[in-house]
Amino acid sequence: MGPHYIDLHKTAVQTQQKSLEGYVGFASLPNQVYRKSVKRGFEFTLMVVGESGLGKSTLINSLFLTDLYSLEYPGPSHRIKKTVQVEQSKVLIKEGGVQLLLTIVDTPGFGDAVDNSNCWQPIIDHIDSKFEDYLNSESRVNRRQMPDSRIHCCLYFIAPSGHGLKPLDIEFMKRLHEKVNVIPLIAKADTLTPEECQQFKKQIMREILEHKIKIYEFPETDDEEENKLVKKIKDKLPLAVVGSNTIIEVNSKRVRGRQYPWGVAEVENSDHCDFTILRDMLIRTHMQDLKDVTNNVHYENYRSRKLAAVTYTGPDNNRAAKGPLSTKHDTVEGMSPLAQMEEERRDHVTKMKKMEMEMEQVFEMKVKEKVQKLKDSEAELQRRHEQMKKNLEAQHRELEDKRRVFEDERSNWEANQRLEQQKMEASRTLEKNKKKGKIF
Amino acid sequence: MASSDVARMPEKAVRPLGLAGHVGFDSLPDQLVNKSICQGFCFNILCIGETGIGKSTLMDTLFNTNFENFESSHFEPQVKLRAQTYDLQESNVRLRLTVVNTVGFGDQMNKQESYQPVVDYIDKQFESYLQEELKIKRSLHNYHDSRVHACLYFISPSGHSLKSLDLVTMKKLDSKVNIIPVIAKADTISKSELHKFKIKIMSELVSNGVQIYQFPLDDETVAKVNTTMNGLLPFAVVGSTEEVSVGNKMVKARQYPWGVVQVENESHCDFVKLREMLICVNMEDLREQTHTRHYELYRRCKLEEMGFQDTNPECKPVSLQQTYEAKRQEFLVELQKREDEMRQMFVQRVKEKESELKDAERELQSRFEQLKRLHADEKATLEDKRRNLDDDLSSFGKRRAAAQLLQAQSLTANGKKDKDRKK
Repeated sequence: MGPHYIDLHKTAVQTQQKSLEGYVGFASLPNQVYRKSVKRGFEFTLMVVGESGLGKSTLINSLFLTDLYSLEYPGPSHRIKKTVQVEQSKVLIKEGGVQLLLTIVDTPGFGDAVDNSNCWQPIIDHIDSKFEDYLNSESRVNRRQMPDSRIHCCLYFIAPSGHGLKPLDIEFMKRLHEKVNVIPLIAKADTLTPEECQQFKKQIMREILEHKIKIYEFPETDDEEENKLVKKIKDKLPLAVVGSNTIIEVNSKRVRGRQYPWGVAEVENSDHCDFTILRDMLIRTHMQDLKDVTNNVHYENYRSRKLAAVTYTGPDNNRAAKGPLSTKHDTVEGMSPLAQMEEERRDHVTKMKKMEMEMEQVFEMKVKEKVQKLKDSEAELQRRHEQMKKNLEAQHRELEDKRRVFEDERSNWEANQRLEQQKMEASRTLEKNKKKGKIF
Repeated sequence: MASSDVARMPEKAVRPLGLAGHVGFDSLPDQLVNKSICQGFCFNILCIGETGIGKSTLMDTLFNTNFENFESSHFEPQVKLRAQTYDLQESNVRLRLTVVNTVGFGDQMNKQESYQPVVDYIDKQFESYLQEELKIKRSLHNYHDSRVHACLYFISPSGHSLKSLDLVTMKKLDSKVNIIPVIAKADTISKSELHKFKIKIMSELVSNGVQIYQFPLDDETVAKVNTTMNGLLPFAVVGSTEEVSVGNKMVKARQYPWGVVQVENESHCDFVKLREMLICVNMEDLREQTHTRHYELYRRCKLEEMGFQDTNPECKPVSLQQTYEAKRQEFLVELQKREDEMRQMFVQRVKEKESELKDAERELQSRFEQLKRLHADEKATLEDKRRNLDDDLSSFGKRRAAAQLLQAQSLTANGKKDKDRKK
């Protein structure tokens, strides 16, 4: 069954109001819903808790006008139990074309031992296991039928001592009020006079308030009339009930009642007890609401607690290793674990990018340094090379000049020498000729 | 949370019981209905059809109101979807209606990807719901369900057959949404053509394996009318918000020179049937089908894609929590691996760069050595030249000295001779 309906008061979608100019036909939607729900059939699981002998089985039989507990299927009190048990009886009842699969969960042995500490534990475990079953079937990949065996309501029977709640009563209700819809009832109310009953009720409600026990609350409706009725019921809480398996004739009417020497306590007489109020409230007007509150409040509480616990603190050793990554996500509200992983992944990507950038920066800087050094070395080398080249060239030129000077000087001297030589040759020949010539 | 401490009797079978009187739980459907009326209903309808085919007009006609529509041009580069939400009320029933229209469908030259924006929109709504469902703290009963409950596919009244765009699109959508094909502008087709057209369309749909929405037959109260209607698919509709007086009534109609096409006249078109089926009889079923069939399929595929299974490789059942844990482990390992990879990459780069730089250094060094050698060679050459010059200089000096000596000698010898002669 899906979330077919939305509470129009609470959503935040942008809408426009439009008026209809004629017949459309969606006013038949409620009928369609009616039809489908009848076809589907209904389920309801009711748990009854209380010490044995308080008339639980009788009350169930009276409520549903059937022999749920009979000789063949005896009620819990008829069986001797040593420890607290949790038992289920499933019956299929039909009325007016409507089919109801009713499951009654019994807790025989509750409060019957001498030491009753922790006798609520099996009950809590049972409720949780039903939530767990539902959670598992809801979480499957292949979801088929999701049978709802969650406990929708818990009737808690208070012994009619006339004084107040017993420590066990308080303890039980305190432990279960956040797991299931608790409706406390005063059992065997035909042992109290109306005044005693009134006092008893006031005392109980005071104690419930004092211990901050959240019993099932009737929802506010838009309807004024209904609200008036709800207020009347609230004033009568907790309801004082009487149950009976026998039909007696009173004033030529056949009624369920208990025959005493002094009269008949009628079950369905609202002057005698609050049975009709209980029946009307439980079955005729608020059965659906009990299921809705179980689904929307108690189950969701269980689910969010369960999922938060498992997904994020389960792998504790992991947490230690991945300190920086997971401390940010301690609050798991409003996100699915997968969405959280996505966010973590995104954060990680950002972190990696930053790391990469930093590393890149450092790398670049170091490289730049090294490259610069290399460049400097190269420049230095180049410079020295240039200088040395210039030097050598200068020396070269100097040498060339020297050589040229020398060569010039030498060739000049050689030319001179030749001239001298010629002169000397000439004079010698002249001398020779003169010697020769002197003869003439 | 082990319930193993509790000794539980084996589950007894369910037994039927008779009631001795009126208990009162027959009011359960009424309780449910009252609650739903209090909360209000929600319905989302998607209209796919070419520009100008009459989607907005039909919506206005169906819901008897004037939704703000603007005419789109034929020149949209891509198919887009436009969604608008309205709050309507009829008697005591409030309905939050979202109308989604395609814009520019069928206008592009290349229509191969036309269906994609529609599929994406539908998937997005499913995804949104799935995310909400998977949240740890969720509020499903408050959630505005935006999933598409019905898709009206407008078929052009060509009278022949479906276009291939129609078949392709419907095939892509039939496992995601309840498709209700309608023949638009049915006032352009005659009765006999219409009959043939409907048969052709249905046979084409069947032969192409397109699964359109079938009105449900499981509920006896409506099975008969639904069966009849199933046989009249697809509905041929005409939309109009204008009123024309016919007889002594004002009716919604289209006025032509040759007559008046009355929208609500069943012999003129199937509008009334469409309204009946879509809104009055099967609206709730459309929503249920969307949730239990189409959404579940989407969810199943999505979860499987993400690696979730109902049983692990050893075929033992695995709970969602276990899968989450396993995923988280995997995820963290992956993140660590990425980090390591990146570091590794950097180490590699550093090494590479270092060796590059070393090579450059070595090259520089060898150049340095080379230049040194060059210089040494040059210097040596220079030295040789210098030595040569010095040698030449000294030999020349020697020659000159020798020559001078000779000259001096010869001069003194000549002088002596002359002196001797003169005597």
